[in-house]
Amino acid sequence: MSTIPRMFPAGVTYGGTLPTDGGCACTAAARAASLATPPAPPAPPARDGLFGPYGGQYVPEHIKPVLDELAATFERYHSDPDFLAELEYYLTRYSGRQTPLFLCANLTARLGGAKIYLKREDLNHLGAHKVNNTIGQILLAKRMGKKKVIAETGAGQHGVATAATAALMGMQCTIHMGAEDMERQKLNVFRMRMMGAEVVPAMSGQRTLKEAVDEALAAWLGDAENTFYLLGSAVGPHPYPRIVRHFQSVIGREARAQVLEAEGRLPDCCVACVGGGSNAIGLFADFIADEGVRLIGVEPAGRGLSYGDHAATLCMGSPGVMHGFHSYMLKDEAGEPAAVYSISAGLDYPGVGPEHSHLKDLGRAEYASVTDAEALDAFFVLSRAEGIIPALESSHALAHAMKLAPAMGRDAIIVVNLSGRGDKDVAQVEEMVSAGLVTPPTL
Amino acid sequence: MSAAIHTDMNDMLPEAPVSRLEARVAAANAAGRPALVPFLTAGFPTLDRFWEEMDGLDRGGADVIEIGVPFSDPVADGPVVEAASLRALENGVTLRWILDGLKARKDRYNAELVLMGYYNPFLQYGLENLAADAAAAGVAGFIVPDLPLEEDAEMRALLAARGIDLIALVGPNTSEERMAEYAAVASGYVYVVSVLGITGVREGLPPEVPQTLARARKAFRLPLALGFGIKEPKQLEGFPDRPDAVVFGSALLRHIDAGNSAESFLAAWK
Repeated sequence: MSTIPRMFPAGVTYGGTLPTDGGCACTAAARAASLATPPAPPAPPARDGLFGPYGGQYVPEHIKPVLDELAATFERYHSDPDFLAELEYYLTRYSGRQTPLFLCANLTARLGGAKIYLKREDLNHLGAHKVNNTIGQILLAKRMGKKKVIAETGAGQHGVATAATAALMGMQCTIHMGAEDMERQKLNVFRMRMMGAEVVPAMSGQRTLKEAVDEALAAWLGDAENTFYLLGSAVGPHPYPRIVRHFQSVIGREARAQVLEAEGRLPDCCVACVGGGSNAIGLFADFIADEGVRLIGVEPAGRGLSYGDHAATLCMGSPGVMHGFHSYMLKDEAGEPAAVYSISAGLDYPGVGPEHSHLKDLGRAEYASVTDAEALDAFFVLSRAEGIIPALESSHALAHAMKLAPAMGRDAIIVVNLSGRGDKDVAQVEEMVSAGLVTPPTL
Repeated sequence: MSAAIHTDMNDMLPEAPVSRLEARVAAANAAGRPALVPFLTAGFPTLDRFWEEMDGLDRGGADVIEIGVPFSDPVADGPVVEAASLRALENGVTLRWILDGLKARKDRYNAELVLMGYYNPFLQYGLENLAADAAAAGVAGFIVPDLPLEEDAEMRALLAARGIDLIALVGPNTSEERMAEYAAVASGYVYVVSVLGITGVREGLPPEVPQTLARARKAFRLPLALGFGIKEPKQLEGFPDRPDAVVFGSALLRHIDAGNSAESFLAAWK
């Protein structure tokens, strides 16, 4: 390959078969061209938010007008200079963007292979990438004249980010959260309440994210006129996957420019954890057209890949329709969403964003899985090696990068999306260590 | 009895498709009353009692029975239907169990049968198999709340080939233009959702129901069935344009859950 081709011009949906082989030897001219030309904004998907056969709007007729209104608002504002200026203002002054791209010199030396760079989304305000999206969506909500925001949350990160941005914008906020997750993430519940949000426990089923989504949707349908549903991941009916992708794509846009600046070339791999898939699609979006860059999503293998022990949707699932969209999902033979498990409350979701399903089918992205134990190992290793405590979610991506790096050359480059910080998980891990369930690795 | 229309021509395309549902609602209207359309979740409250209540609804004068196919994520349903769904799932109800049960009881019911459920269980069953098995079980229609017009072409065509209607759902925020789009493909009857929200959580009917009915009346040549929030006949008093059919869901499930029979619920409407 002699150039860094952008395979898909702006305004054209990608499609067809894409090569997946790694490696990227770039010419100086291509480098210069790539540096001079910022990546195009994300290509719009086809009709009603289809990504190949995935996505769509599998929703009751009476919420379609509400989604249509949201889609129209998004189309009107996503490239509007005033809107972008306001978004930029809050991303910069409120959240502290841009986030650094940090070379893990110690970890790289220890692994003896590819250079590992971290995209430090954990340094965002509130400690995770979630705020990129909540700021963007709440600015849309303001333009729609909504007075209230409602959201679901798994690990609590999206809920905290929503509560914070609602407080910032002076909007009323209700967060639905699985009762089980509320127990696992008590401090996040307290944070949300401190910032003025009402936190409503989802008591049905497994009492985790899936139930929280159902109850948030139901509450929204009851008062759609005044309420903005602030969806936290790249899932749900159109236009949500497109909106979340758009606001999270700042991750990859920055990372791409930063790695070009630091290394003069594109990375060999971009690695991110995948629950619903928002941080992953945010990292991938601006690299999709760079055919030489391997895109790797890492799913939670939990206790192992037996039914009910994991949430590795793309690795183990098959296409279906849930929560308003068509995508890979984990389900039983009758089509019921499967029981799922992960050590990480932010990853245990039986579905996945529709664009990831499309990228998998195209072969443009690969999806791997990492067990609880491997993720915990990475959690300890990064803390010790670099003084950075990663979220358990992000530890999945890191664990996979740690498997890849030793087999790659020293010139190779891996960018890992460190989507969140691990402070929220420290109490949980400390309990496991105290109970003798896990032993921190010695370095 | 409509068995004369739906004989065992399971694999034959009707030459001039006659909607049994449309005909049934028209017959009730000709008798000077709205068609009675109870909704009952399959396998609720227990597997055996479900079939007993089906018989009771049929004896009690139901014109159409909507059988709920339980799903754990019923996004358009309120707490009552959701709780019934979860209980049915715990009882082991599957789509196959429902269809097998109906096949074994073919021609037992005077009422026409409609399956109401969410798309994924139907999709996983296989839409072609579903159309064939539903036809063999005597099912006259489907309602799939999470399958709007843009997504329903395949299912609508496969059902239509078996003479089965895919019922259109419209609500208070459905525009006239949108209703016209549905009218171009709709058959059977039109399910007019009375409230913007979920089933079974409102007291009474909101004031905009007559306007919604009027818009639907203008857009569709089909009978209109009003549902969501209907408990008793007096709710419809004073409507300038009575709906052609009334659907009872949550109120009926509550009535059964309180230990009463489905048949007694219908008595107030006769």
